[in-house]
Amino acid sequence: MLFWTILKVAFKSLMANKFRTILAMLGIIIGVGAVISMLALGAGAQNRVMERVTAMGTNLLVVRPGGQRRGGVRQSTSQQNLKLGDAKAILETVADVDSIAPQVSGRAQVKYLNKNTNTTVTGTAATYLNIRNFTVDKGRAFTSIEEERSAPVAILGASTANDLFEDKQPLGKEIRVGRINFRVIGVLAEKGDQGWFNPDDMVLVPYSTAMKKVLGQDYLSEIDVQITDGADINAAETKIEELLRKRHRITSDGEDDFHVRNQAEFLEMASSVTQTFTILLGGIASISLVVGGIGIMNIMMVTVTERTREIGVRKAIGARDRDILTQFLFESILISGLGGIMGIGLGYSVGYVISRFTDYVPVVQMQAIILSIGVSGAIGIFFGYYPAWRAAKLDPIVALRYE
Amino acid sequence: MSIIQTNDLRKTYQLGETTVHALDGVDLSLEEGEMVAITGPSGSGKSTLMHIIGCLDSPDGGSYWLAGEDVAGLTKDRLARIRNQRIGFVFQSFNLLPRLSALENVELPLLYSGNSDAKDRAAQALNTVGLGNRMGHEPNQLSGGQRQRVAVARAIVTDPAIILADEPTGNLDSKTGDEILKLFQDLNSSGRTVIMVTHDEYVAKHCSRQIHILDGKVQKG
Repeated sequence: MLFWTILKVAFKSLMANKFRTILAMLGIIIGVGAVISMLALGAGAQNRVMERVTAMGTNLLVVRPGGQRRGGVRQSTSQQNLKLGDAKAILETVADVDSIAPQVSGRAQVKYLNKNTNTTVTGTAATYLNIRNFTVDKGRAFTSIEEERSAPVAILGASTANDLFEDKQPLGKEIRVGRINFRVIGVLAEKGDQGWFNPDDMVLVPYSTAMKKVLGQDYLSEIDVQITDGADINAAETKIEELLRKRHRITSDGEDDFHVRNQAEFLEMASSVTQTFTILLGGIASISLVVGGIGIMNIMMVTVTERTREIGVRKAIGARDRDILTQFLFESILISGLGGIMGIGLGYSVGYVISRFTDYVPVVQMQAIILSIGVSGAIGIFFGYYPAWRAAKLDPIVALRYE
Repeated sequence: MSIIQTNDLRKTYQLGETTVHALDGVDLSLEEGEMVAITGPSGSGKSTLMHIIGCLDSPDGGSYWLAGEDVAGLTKDRLARIRNQRIGFVFQSFNLLPRLSALENVELPLLYSGNSDAKDRAAQALNTVGLGNRMGHEPNQLSGGQRQRVAVARAIVTDPAIILADEPTGNLDSKTGDEILKLFQDLNSSGRTVIMVTHDEYVAKHCSRQIHILDGKVQKG
């Protein structure tokens, strides 16, 4: 029989029992819908992670105290070995370094009149804003003189400013951070919550001020290094490592007491987390696909039994076993295939609803669509084969006598 | 050469403990263009004989030559092909497929043989049985006699040499039964071999030859 004829015959017998067909399809529709929307959610999360990592700044190397993690245990004991001198040395001696931003941070109570909030106090340089893609919304950044002289000036993150001042003008006002007074010289533009930390909820002060007057420490918690555009970031990373090993007097066989992270590592780390998440969700969703397949098998078994006589007639007028097999196989493939297509529609709708009610933007990927059409077709074949085989193997005489 | 030739055809069924000899050594020879009635009481083995002649069933012993070809050695696909091309079946209960129009029912055998002009030939067959104006009707919109005509059209659409009919008038009143009988006689006079299984003496009398089966054996006379 010709392909189109088989398809027509299969379609016709499905239409003859619309309600049953739709019920059989429902399993696949829900299954594919679940897989599509879960994968879309995963892809959306992945995209967002990428965006955030990119938002942290391009060409960025982050130097932190402590050695690389080895089997989950930090090898180095010292967390206090990254000094201001290291930051200055990186800027002065390593080629292709565009700018650096030393950082110290801690939490502190911040007060203005009767309002107060507990927030992150970050001591850094004005270069930090550029490296981390912050823009000053009102006022100005630190000057280099303020940085060197431990000036008591502060720049507020957008939500901190809102907490303390609500709609009042913060510029020039005195706030209390810990035990000393700071003058507000700027407010940052809002960046949006980034999940693991909120960049809008913090107070920026010059690093020298933070080290001497607020946190009382002589070591840094981080050095951000911006590499010149187009320069070899790996070469710069190696040079920074060499420089710091020399400055920290680490012998050639000793472990680093610091580590340098680049963007690629951040991306890798973040995407491996979302990937695991996606696989998990997708895996749970595909269980419903299998259940849908079993539903199809069940319906097909009933259909074959019901149409035993038809099968007998078809065989009597010259249908080969193969013809009967393909006819019923086509029916189950049609059920699962159409179910799959509707499931894609459902997946899209669920994605759309999610994007309406949350700030997630699920991304339905082409691979996910191709995959689910393929999988639902395969389910049609896999779960339809046995009933179709039973139909094909029926003895024509027995089938003709079947009441 | 006979179109149908059987030698010592045997078929047994196991019914619980007892073995039923449905066919117990049937020797039969039918010539091309004959119109034969196979008669006998129920349980005599006439249906089994017809199934074997129609290549729906295979004998346990003996041999069956269809137009000089030994059917015993043929594959299932080849047998399906024979049913499709050389034999046309007409059943007592019509056995039309519901939800398909008369035309689509008649078309079916041609679809299995992959004919490209299936529609035209099916229409032609329906015209032959006098149902040219009922092509779009589904079986449940047709009377019993009309349904049997559709079934006859389906049997002749591939232009087979042999028409096998199992009690073709059994579910019809005598008037429509006569019409159907007339139809078979017309088919026979156009050169087809017609074999009818019946227990109706009236039907049997309209055939050129009667073969009486009793307890799986052909009765002489």
